[in-house]
Amino acid sequence: MKSRPTATVFLERQAYHRRRMRDLARAVPIFGAVLLAIPLLWARSGPQVAGATTSQALVYVFVVWICLIGLAAVISRAVKSEPLPDEPLDPH
Amino acid sequence: MVSFNILVAVALTYVAFLFTVAFIAERRASAGQGGWLASPIVYTLSLSIYCTAWTFYGAVGYAARSGLEYVTIYLGPTLVMVGWWWILRRLVRIGRTQRITSIADLISSRFGKSTALGVIVTVLAVVAATPYIALQLQSVTLSFSVFAEAGGRSWGDKELNGAAFTVAIGLATFTVLFGTRNLDANERHHGIVMAIAVEAVVKLVALLAVGVFVVWGIAGGPTQMLAQIDASPIAHWQQDGGRWVSLIFLSAAAFICLPRMFQVLVVENVDERHLNTAGWAFPAYMMLMSLFVIPIAVVGLRILPAGENPDLFVLTVPLSQGRDGLAILSFLGGFSSATSMVIVSTIALATMVSNHIVVPIWLTTQSRTVANRSGDVRYVILLSRRLSIAGVLILGYLYYRLSGGGTALAAIGLVSFSGAVQVLPALIGGIFWRGATRIGAAMGLITGFIIWGWTLFLPSFGVDAVISQSVVEFGPYGIAWLRPTALFGIAGMDSLVHGFTWSILLNLLMFFVGSVFTFPTPLERLQAAQIVNVFDYTAASRTWGSRAAGAEDLLLMSQRIIGGAEAQTFFQLEAKSQGKVGYLPDVTSEFIERLERELAGSVGAATAHAMVGQLIEGSGVSVEDLIAVADEAAQILEYSNQLEAKSAEQERTARALRDANEKLTALSVQKDAFLSQISHELRTPMTSIRSFSEILRDGGAPAREQARYAAIIHDETLRLTRLLDDLLDLSVLANGQVILQDQTGKLGDILDRAASIASGDSAALQILRDRANEDVMLRTDMDRLGQVFINLISNARKYCDAESPKLWIKVDRIGSDYVIDFIDNGTGISVGSQQVIFEKFARLTDQSKAGGAGLGLAICREIMGRLGGQINYLPGQGGAAFRVVLPSAAFLVNQ
Repeated sequence: MKSRPTATVFLERQAYHRRRMRDLARAVPIFGAVLLAIPLLWARSGPQVAGATTSQALVYVFVVWICLIGLAAVISRAVKSEPLPDEPLDPH
Repeated sequence: MVSFNILVAVALTYVAFLFTVAFIAERRASAGQGGWLASPIVYTLSLSIYCTAWTFYGAVGYAARSGLEYVTIYLGPTLVMVGWWWILRRLVRIGRTQRITSIADLISSRFGKSTALGVIVTVLAVVAATPYIALQLQSVTLSFSVFAEAGGRSWGDKELNGAAFTVAIGLATFTVLFGTRNLDANERHHGIVMAIAVEAVVKLVALLAVGVFVVWGIAGGPTQMLAQIDASPIAHWQQDGGRWVSLIFLSAAAFICLPRMFQVLVVENVDERHLNTAGWAFPAYMMLMSLFVIPIAVVGLRILPAGENPDLFVLTVPLSQGRDGLAILSFLGGFSSATSMVIVSTIALATMVSNHIVVPIWLTTQSRTVANRSGDVRYVILLSRRLSIAGVLILGYLYYRLSGGGTALAAIGLVSFSGAVQVLPALIGGIFWRGATRIGAAMGLITGFIIWGWTLFLPSFGVDAVISQSVVEFGPYGIAWLRPTALFGIAGMDSLVHGFTWSILLNLLMFFVGSVFTFPTPLERLQAAQIVNVFDYTAASRTWGSRAAGAEDLLLMSQRIIGGAEAQTFFQLEAKSQGKVGYLPDVTSEFIERLERELAGSVGAATAHAMVGQLIEGSGVSVEDLIAVADEAAQILEYSNQLEAKSAEQERTARALRDANEKLTALSVQKDAFLSQISHELRTPMTSIRSFSEILRDGGAPAREQARYAAIIHDETLRLTRLLDDLLDLSVLANGQVILQDQTGKLGDILDRAASIASGDSAALQILRDRANEDVMLRTDMDRLGQVFINLISNARKYCDAESPKLWIKVDRIGSDYVIDFIDNGTGISVGSQQVIFEKFARLTDQSKAGGAGLGLAICREIMGRLGGQINYLPGQGGAAFRVVLPSAAFLVNQ
């Protein structure tokens, strides 16, 4: 009911790639959330000396952050080549 | 040292510059040259109102107090932005297709254009935003006081309050000027968006400049900076895991739910594809905004005297180093952060207040007929928005005065966030789950609102301000379970995590339970399908079943709301698209839907729906409409069902026509047969009469022969007379012209008479009767009933072909009816012939023997029909058998 009656089961290479990019776009925040929760493991691992120092935690958070931004930018470029994002969303 | 007056002059110049930018942007947009306004960069920068003065100043203070925790406030929105494919894309699409004007409008639209929900969300939003606006006033005021104190003047409460008041008035003026200049059908404010985009650049540049100065100018490079961080008190940072996760979630949710964020994200969005750019560019902006927060905090803690307010390090660090220019830039950054947030926030809140509270109230107080002035509703809306803007700022100012402006900035901000986030279950549930209902949403919102108010908002005024210390410690009326910081007796949680968790959990629970156990209205279900399946259906909703409104009334109403010229243009275009000339298009349901949506862009879905509903009788959508629209597949199915039903109906009609035609043809054939029969019946006796009368006329026949001929002629005329009598009788009966006698008598007597008449002189037929049962008193036309019996008996006499013919006459009672069966012992009537014996001229044996015209049984049937009874052939009795069913009204006395 969701997809148009003409929707095909398999797609040609280009469209297939775009669909995978969308999957990636959906996955990015999930990866991000997991990665950003990691500093908790260090902080919990004992008194100040154990685990990482604050500056290392700071660097870690910002590196993850920048990676997320970079990934999002790359995906945005890949997704941009699509017509308009109003076709049915079901990935095939 | 910067003098305070120079600072004020700089601030005023900056404001004038913003005015100019807004003004030019507005001019260009209205002249249709706004191409560059609609760029993804402007959209991204306008999102920066998320970074308020709280961010600009407060983040450093936050870092000084709680270490790395401040980044959570940006990490949440970062996850939402990079994951725009999940929620934001959907929200923006819904906002565009449904012409959403605010978050209250979205909730109200989704749940059947409910006015009540609009009111709840509006109240919640205003209450939650008030501390936040107070926070902005406070931060601007504090930043002024820093410069005043640096200039040697110490500010007391009086000066602080005065400055806060002045700032509030200035902000109100700016917002009223650019936020309510026009009532745009799309609720977009190009001037303001441009101004906040400029402010976004200013605050980013300012914070980066301070950061660069701190890292390279004071600390001596990144490496030393990192070393200093580890050496500073911030390094003792111990992160509470619950808080970390809660805050990321809270800020992510607030990013979507805050009225001002919804305004820039959804309402002011001009192109869906801008999200694609903003998806990475805005996280980058936030990352840059927070990059130097820890360094500034570390350096501030190191070089400034203890006891200095860390919330103001962004200003005080450059000032202490004698960098006045940098300090002024930093001041402008903070000023920009505060003003842009307050402007957008008040616009969003004013839109909600006017569309969901003021206009509905105004509409109910107006009589429908009187107020038809063009643009009057529009005037009311603009006025109420202006007043709302002022009102919201006054509330913020009052909160600032009440709370004393003392507490740490970040704490108030988080309380405000948690309030706004109460909309989250209804919002996310509403756009992803078709089962969410109005009642569920209202229950969730109210529950969340109450718990948030009790656990976070009221305590935020400070100890003993609203809630007394004893209530905090022992609960209201000593009920420990209701302690604002330890609900249900669970103590020891961080108060923010505690309040936020409980409010959102119970909110979610009530929303879910309420939705599952209530049934939505048709309009709700329609809107649910429209909004949840926004990517599948681009067709407009069919919200109106009937179309009783006149185009002229609709035009009058539209002129009241969007003004004369706009309304006329809209109507003219619609008429043109229908191929008509003039201003009045045909009022089709599609037209009404487009009109409602157009109006919704100005006054919100609920009000637009109500106003259109006033004009359209039998308003609202029916279940049929729902089925028709909810699903395109269902729609097609519906259509084919309708076709099927129609074709079935047509088939039925055709069949009925065919039957009627056959009957007519049969009747025509029957009529022809009847005529030929009649002619034949008349002709046979006539022939003999003519021949014998000719013989008599010619004379010469012996007298004995003459007498015989005369007898034949007489017999034949008798036969003719009988035939004509029968025909006359039949036609009288068939036409209903017969007058029935009202007589009473015994059934036995009628049978006696009939038997004696019918058998006549011949005793060939033996009649066997059942006299015991014949003792029934009847009240009917005895003569006619007797005629039927005579006919049946004489038929038996004539046609019974047994050696010794016998006729049984049995009277019986079946159910409530008396039946009289006439059964002979002949061969009976074949099955095929049983059908036709009651027809006229039906005669089974040859004519000579019968001596009748074959009208007898036809007459019997007509008589019984007239009397209210029946006569039928009774098969399976061994001979010819007829059953006469007496009319139930006929018998008077039993036995």
